[in-house]
Amino acid sequence: MSSLLFWTFAVVMIGFGGAVIINRNPIASALSLVVSFLGLSVLFVSLNAFFIGVIQVLVYAGAVMVLFLFIIMLLDLRAEKIRKINWLTFGGGVLVSLSLLVQILAVIGGTKMAKQPFPPLASPRTDDVRSVGLLLFENYNLPFQIIAVLVLVATIGVIVLSKRELR
Amino acid sequence: MITLGDYLIVSGILFVIGFAGVLLRRNIIIIFMALELMLNAANLSLVAFSRFRLGPDGLPNYNAQVLVFFIITVAAAEVAVGLAIIVALFRVRRTTHVEDINTLKF
Repeated sequence: MSSLLFWTFAVVMIGFGGAVIINRNPIASALSLVVSFLGLSVLFVSLNAFFIGVIQVLVYAGAVMVLFLFIIMLLDLRAEKIRKINWLTFGGGVLVSLSLLVQILAVIGGTKMAKQPFPPLASPRTDDVRSVGLLLFENYNLPFQIIAVLVLVATIGVIVLSKRELR
Repeated sequence: MITLGDYLIVSGILFVIGFAGVLLRRNIIIIFMALELMLNAANLSLVAFSRFRLGPDGLPNYNAQVLVFFIITVAAAEVAVGLAIIVALFRVRRTTHVEDINTLKF
């Protein structure tokens, strides 16, 4: 992947990611989140992870985003009113985030591995769905079944939580 | 030439955006979206390492992609349960503003 395409989609992803937390209107935030995740899935595809890229679009841009928009419209949330900002906690939050950013950049800058380009693949064709599937059902069969139980528990939990009267 | 570091930097910036969203925003739904951003930033660095450390057959290391698959599944389940909790909370308190929800606050 050319570096121009990489930086274009990286900037799109980070720009709309920033828009998620800057927007006052929750619907605008949710739609920015979709665009950010689409940019992310392009970056996955640029890393030859086609399966993960497709799953990202299906699960996030499809299912999760519909859920977010549905809940926002169900609760009928409007744009937030401007409240008095507690500048002490706001400044503290900005300070902690910036120090985390500086720390991450320092760690990446100090790693030799991070300066190497990606090694070429043995063949341009990667059967990644097949490889991921084989690993999933052979080496990671037990975690896969545990995840299945987790999803079942989540489904039951959502039904119990959405009942009108909790007993 | 795109290096591994470029992907890690992009992933780190996305993580910090999500982290700042959790710390700074007061709307519980936006906090939830920022959590999703952080999970996806971790996914991006996992996939970048999977492409960087090739397996013995010269293909990407698919163990990392299986882990990403699990993370996406858990995140989707988490969104469903979390939004149900938010709806249940909204029914009782009629608000999504975290500063109005302070029963457990000391």
